[in-house]
Amino acid sequence: MTLLQVENLRKSYGALAVTDGLSLSVAEGELHAIIGPNGAGKTTLIAQLSGQLAPDSGTVRFGGADITRLDMASRVRAGLARSFQITTLMPAMTALENVALAVQGRSGSSFRFWRPVAREAALNDQAMDCLAQVGLADRAGRPAGAMSHGEKRQLELAVALACRPRLLLLDEPLAGTGPQEAEVLVGLLAALRGEVTMVLIEHDMEAVFALADRVSVLVYGQIIASGTPGAIRQDPAVRAAYLGEEAC
Amino acid sequence: MSAAPKAAIALLVLMALVPPLAAAIGDPFLTVIATRMAVFAIAALSLDLILGYGALVSFGHAAYLGLGAYAVAVCARHGITDLVVQMAAGAGAAAVFAAVSGAISLRTRGIYFIMITLAFGQMAYFFFVSLSAYGGDDGTSLAARSTLLGRDWLENDTAFFYVVLACLALAYGGLHRLVHARFGRVLIGTRESELRMRAIGYRPFRYRLAAYVISGMICAVAGVLLANQTEYVSPAYMAWTRSGELIVMLLLGGIGTLAGAMAGALVTVGLEELLAGWSEHWRLGFGLILLAVVLWSPAGLAGLVRRLLPGDRA
Repeated sequence: MTLLQVENLRKSYGALAVTDGLSLSVAEGELHAIIGPNGAGKTTLIAQLSGQLAPDSGTVRFGGADITRLDMASRVRAGLARSFQITTLMPAMTALENVALAVQGRSGSSFRFWRPVAREAALNDQAMDCLAQVGLADRAGRPAGAMSHGEKRQLELAVALACRPRLLLLDEPLAGTGPQEAEVLVGLLAALRGEVTMVLIEHDMEAVFALADRVSVLVYGQIIASGTPGAIRQDPAVRAAYLGEEAC
Repeated sequence: MSAAPKAAIALLVLMALVPPLAAAIGDPFLTVIATRMAVFAIAALSLDLILGYGALVSFGHAAYLGLGAYAVAVCARHGITDLVVQMAAGAGAAAVFAAVSGAISLRTRGIYFIMITLAFGQMAYFFFVSLSAYGGDDGTSLAARSTLLGRDWLENDTAFFYVVLACLALAYGGLHRLVHARFGRVLIGTRESELRMRAIGYRPFRYRLAAYVISGMICAVAGVLLANQTEYVSPAYMAWTRSGELIVMLLLGGIGTLAGAMAGALVTVGLEELLAGWSEHWRLGFGLILLAVVLWSPAGLAGLVRRLLPGDRA
């Protein structure tokens, strides 16, 4: 079943078409990687899928409903969560508070002015589960700003998971990580595979081909090929446009 | 209990000891100064909610002080002298003004927000300057202080001081609960990262506006008390320099800590009295002190205290 259906999406900045008639379909349950050279429009695509940026034209359908005009908050409620290429957390809050705030977003009203939120067991328990899922259970009390880069990347993932998404948009989750940190994150994504549908943007080709069920190749704002990792590796157009010497 | 509430309670207790101390040394003016300190501490607390916890630098906050003060004058003119009713009127007027001006100014960020709040503050200021029925820019004096339960208890400076102190304690207690409740965590979240808040399903505007309205209402209560303390109401209460002074109090005390906001107001009012007694150029000395704080303890007095108490995170 198709979970995400993008049709003929367009976004231009002046004469520059960053998204140029892009179509994409993501099936429920799959890990769908999007690769492409720098400047291909990957982050702009994520921004449009998550509602951070409005497309000029085209439609985004999610679970059968047209969400093209919805803002970020509504899309999160519909089940579409994202992580950021550049770590976007609350530095002064602890890891637990970062995640609990995401849990709170989908657990009743936030116009509550009296009861201490730190003692809401329901929020903390769910947040701890998410932290444990990404291997940060023993870091719960640490301020996000004081964590290592790799831990921050793990926390990004925990915060997104706390939204209980049907679809997780991952914008370069391995960005800036060292080999050991990357290994941890790849392990986490592999464990999540099948549990939640994922759209993964990543530069680390080793990770992409190890994780993805399907790969789409984005070049100059268009998807030039979509298929299994094996098929993409062999696609002559892809080799010419992007993989180049790296895959040879 | 962590260090911050302890510090705030210590401050409140110390202040409660001022009237007996003033009586012991025979200087009733101490109580008057302490009253002024407590009034501005309420105003500083209210500003800290939006500035410290929401990162919304309002440069028009004195308007709410003025709205509260004029609520006293207007009510008194119409024969309503009850303090609680006057507070409700002031807070109500502040809520309307904050909801309207906030709905517009909260669509902007950074320097634009500062400028637009300043503009709204000035609009309120000039509105009362041109209100000739209440003395225009001269203001108007009050015939008497407000009444409480139909009695004129507040005419007694000591009784009035304890009423103000009780209001300060309530404001502190309420805000302490608020910033540690769900709402406060969301507000802090919008300060830390607006984008992240959107990405986990929040719309920051509504929380910011609610905080803006709450903040204005509390500040108006301070204004009601200020008018009673001076028994005088004038547009000078809402001059933009007064808004600046409120920000200075937070800088001095420590932005984003309630105990710091209280301490900042206390120290500012105290220094004002002390330095003004020495020289008419006291602002120069005050400026130097502020400079020293910003350079050596950017987190204000609260930051200084935290550094002196290692391992006890507030």
